[in-house]
Amino acid sequence: MAVGVLALQGSFNEHIAALRKLGVKGVEIRKPEQLQSVVALIIPGGESTTMAKLAEYHNLFPALREFVKIGKPVWGTCAGLIFLANKATGQKTGGQELIGGLDCMVHRNFFGSQLQSFEAELLIPKIAAKEGGPPSFRGVFIRAPGILEVGPEVEVLADIPTPSNKTVHSGPSVESQEENGGSENKVIVAVKQGNLLATAFHPELTADTRWHSYFLKMISDVSEDTSSSTVSQSTEDLHFSEPPIYDLPIYQQQ
Amino acid sequence: MAGSGVVTVYGNGAITETSKKSPFSVKVGLAQMLRGGVIMDVVNAEQARIAEEAGACAVMALERVPADIRAQGGVARMSDPQLIKDIKQAVTIPVMAKARIGHFVEAQILEAIGIDYVDESEVLTPADDENHINKHNFRIPFVCGCRNLGEALRRIREGAAMIRTKGEAGTGNIIEAVRHVRSVMGDIRLLRNMDDDEVFTFAKKIQAPYDLVMQTKQLGRLPVVHFAAGGVATPADAALMMQLGCDGVFVGSGVFKSGDPARRARAIVQAVTHYSDPEVLVDVSCGLGEAMVGINLNDEKVERYANRSE
Repeated sequence: MAVGVLALQGSFNEHIAALRKLGVKGVEIRKPEQLQSVVALIIPGGESTTMAKLAEYHNLFPALREFVKIGKPVWGTCAGLIFLANKATGQKTGGQELIGGLDCMVHRNFFGSQLQSFEAELLIPKIAAKEGGPPSFRGVFIRAPGILEVGPEVEVLADIPTPSNKTVHSGPSVESQEENGGSENKVIVAVKQGNLLATAFHPELTADTRWHSYFLKMISDVSEDTSSSTVSQSTEDLHFSEPPIYDLPIYQQQ
Repeated sequence: MAGSGVVTVYGNGAITETSKKSPFSVKVGLAQMLRGGVIMDVVNAEQARIAEEAGACAVMALERVPADIRAQGGVARMSDPQLIKDIKQAVTIPVMAKARIGHFVEAQILEAIGIDYVDESEVLTPADDENHINKHNFRIPFVCGCRNLGEALRRIREGAAMIRTKGEAGTGNIIEAVRHVRSVMGDIRLLRNMDDDEVFTFAKKIQAPYDLVMQTKQLGRLPVVHFAAGGVATPADAALMMQLGCDGVFVGSGVFKSGDPARRARAIVQAVTHYSDPEVLVDVSCGLGEAMVGINLNDEKVERYANRSE
């Protein structure tokens, strides 16, 4: 069993490293035909406009839409969330192509530029119920999108408070906004609809692999429905003879 | 460590002091999102739009590209903030801008504009020939240039969240960038095979902090994102940098000093994604028009920007 990771640009190495920790092989996907060898796909974080351009150059969109349509599990983080959304605002002049499938409206760079990037503890009751561990998750938001509206079939997995007077380019840092409390506005940052999973933050940048393992369980569920093959979290696909792939450390505060 | 890939932020020292406002993980995080991408120098909003359309993952806003700085001479400084604001308005991708080495007020101004990354760059005339900016004091992340491992780790210790090779900007000549990438990668390979007892002396030799040297040894790579820069002019140059082990590429004068910028920009973006696929490289390299004029670095009279800082 192999999980594809769209490797056009962005944090695909980080996703592959997280999958490796769970004993699953991640395969880099750059061309449409490579999609046929994988049971599920992760669309990583990165610049969504860049990834859309590269997907367009190599005619990946039809194959990606087909992949979503036939019900194979797909998980988008950050830029991947934008890809999966049916509608996106805050795009570049002229817009960008999306895969669609997830019934929601996404705002690109919802939180603003890099100075407004932040980390926050998110409450994730549904993930914790299935995967165990602490009730919260350290979400890393990098120029992150936010989900403004969701359709009736979309299940909300996490949200985060946001001030009602949100101004993108000025205003206080998000941390101080959180301290203000009081504000009732919340923005959705993680959703699931059928076999689609999407997060506005980056679980691949943290050491907590519960989101990855949650996604792998979604794959098992699908495989059990359709065929007898299950997600083997065995080591059969791990090539220890291959040269090791060195990756960046995961930074965390003490 | 032991395979989990998790490290704590270096000790309890300088880096964590400012963590309340912008943790190092968030600074490195944006650089990680830029991996596998191309960052292009642009001098106005129109060029920024061309770069975005071509698929650049970020743009570097400046008044003159390095080739013009070289040709015109004089003191090169931070760009007019208005120009940077205009470029920021024009695109949705991250915007970077350059500050002079050691000029922390220029960095403060850039932070106040609200751009996404500051490049403390040797391409601009240095403001301080001994000290770099103390980058821990900023919420905005920094990228810095290096020629070798010691220089890279010194910059990281000062707070840089991303490293690029210096190369030789504005020359269209890849030789220096190759030299610098090979030097960094070669030293890391050497370090990996080294006995732990020898690392102390090695750290002294390359004039880098011991803890970072040790961490690099354990990781087998620089502990932050590592881009190539300085002399990239063709898709093949970009793919060469990627195959040598860089995480992405900066293209300065190479795009907008060439015959057909939009097309060349697009080709370099594709070359970085498909860097190990020669067939794609053939496709994207065909009919790009004239490349930028190169400068032969055997000429003694050519000023070496890379030697402007240690």
